[in-house]
Amino acid sequence: MTSGGIRVERLNAWFGDKQALRDISINIEGYHTTAIIGPSGCGKSTFVRCLNRMHEVNPLARAGGRVFIGNTDIYANGTTPVEVRRRVGMVFQKPNPFPTMSIYDNVAAGLKLNGWERGRRLGEVVEQALRRAALWDEVKDDLKQKSGASLSGGQQQRLCIARALAVEPEVLLMDEPASALDPMATAKIEDLLFELKQSVTVVIVTHNMQQAARVAEFTGFFLMGELVEFDRTEQMFTRPRDKRTEDYVTGRFG
Amino acid sequence: MKTPVNAIRCTGWAGKNGIGIARRLRNNIAMGAMVMSAVLVIAPLIMILTYLAARGAGSLNWAFFTHIPTPVGENGGGMANAIAGSGMILLIASAIGMPIGIGSGVFLAEYGRNRLGDILRFTADVLNGVPSIVLGVTAYSLLVVTQKHFSAFAGGVALAIMMIPTISRSTEEMLLMVPHSIREAALGLGIPRWRTIVSVVLPAAKSGIVTGMMLGFSRVAGETAPLLFTAFGNQFWNWSPTRPTAALPLQIYTYAISPFDEWHRMAWAGALVLILLIVGTVAVVRLVTARSLYKVMV
Repeated sequence: MTSGGIRVERLNAWFGDKQALRDISINIEGYHTTAIIGPSGCGKSTFVRCLNRMHEVNPLARAGGRVFIGNTDIYANGTTPVEVRRRVGMVFQKPNPFPTMSIYDNVAAGLKLNGWERGRRLGEVVEQALRRAALWDEVKDDLKQKSGASLSGGQQQRLCIARALAVEPEVLLMDEPASALDPMATAKIEDLLFELKQSVTVVIVTHNMQQAARVAEFTGFFLMGELVEFDRTEQMFTRPRDKRTEDYVTGRFG
Repeated sequence: MKTPVNAIRCTGWAGKNGIGIARRLRNNIAMGAMVMSAVLVIAPLIMILTYLAARGAGSLNWAFFTHIPTPVGENGGGMANAIAGSGMILLIASAIGMPIGIGSGVFLAEYGRNRLGDILRFTADVLNGVPSIVLGVTAYSLLVVTQKHFSAFAGGVALAIMMIPTISRSTEEMLLMVPHSIREAALGLGIPRWRTIVSVVLPAAKSGIVTGMMLGFSRVAGETAPLLFTAFGNQFWNWSPTRPTAALPLQIYTYAISPFDEWHRMAWAGALVLILLIVGTVAVVRLVTARSLYKVMV
């Protein structure tokens, strides 16, 4: 399989007794953008959270199956969630910069708090991450004076992207990253996705089908915990093979 | 408080558009009731302060802060040794009580969703209700009896035990108020749980935790009962934590129950100094933490 790709084999997930994902198998292409769409509660967030074991933050959540990032089975015995999350970054629905840290410290947090800053030029890493997140020019003058929380919503979200990129993950998971943002801020984030996929594999959850069509080469459609269809995006939106996909993308439900 | 005033103006503006006098009236009544409650909260403190100032300020002079007590019948003297002793006892109490209080608060908030946490929470609440004299007796039997002498250290331990439940529960509350999304952000970066708590969650709750620490501190700073048979009191200078030590509340108590007018006046002055020292300490600590927080926020 190509490097940076994700292979999911028969992934099941539960919250308590309730099954949230059923037998998901999927091959996500490395260095491309894959969108996950579907109505609310269909399991798309649960799915991406299973890709970096973030679902384990919820004590009721369980998952079974195999997920390979590159050649590593992230659920293998002896693999810890901490190792997985260092390779698979995440951007959340609501921007969540660390409120007590400056912009600089927010971006550097992943390196500093993991004890990786030694022997590196932290300033360069921070600058590069902010450039990749298209935020550098807006914040370069008060990196260390301003708090991350003082930025606008859209800037905060790009800060969170920079923070995730600074640890150089192979995969970046984005859980509806633009749903709390205005159209201008959304456009900026979509623009930078085109640059990002040169260097990371992007999996983006969205309830906005236009967004999926704009940013993603591949799209997966989830419904009630099942992966109904997974294909090239234009195929999905123009010639869906499954009736349920067609109903959804044509706006007949959801 | 600017917001409530604006709220009233807003309703006034709505009233002009016909939303109704009844609503404006209700709003004003509710507003009035809240202002009154606020005044009722502040009033006792102001009354106590003015009364203490009236009775005690007259006996305050330089000697009060620099001299030790004089024998009965001899005028002058001060409570310098009691002020220093209180400082030492409170320092010991804080050094023991604050780390334990904060540590157990962190445990309760982050790892306490289980039986052990429930037991700890219940214990803290019960401990909070134990009369302070009982804590004094506890420290007495644990430390004074075994070491065969009274000491500032025993007093500090008694006060520390008293401080712990307040700090522990308030720390827990403050940590639980830190949004879940902040923890997820850190965990999502591959930062281990303990590091997330220490470097992300605790700083985010810092000002609340400091408030809790100050609450615990001011609660014990004026306590007399736990010190009666632990620190015991002392009419002379003492800098050793292993010896009987004077403390402001003890000195006030001794002077207040004495039959001498001069001592009564000294007790009033001591009470005034004690309350000013507590208010001052709390104010300084809050100012310092507020400023360091302000630096990052702007």
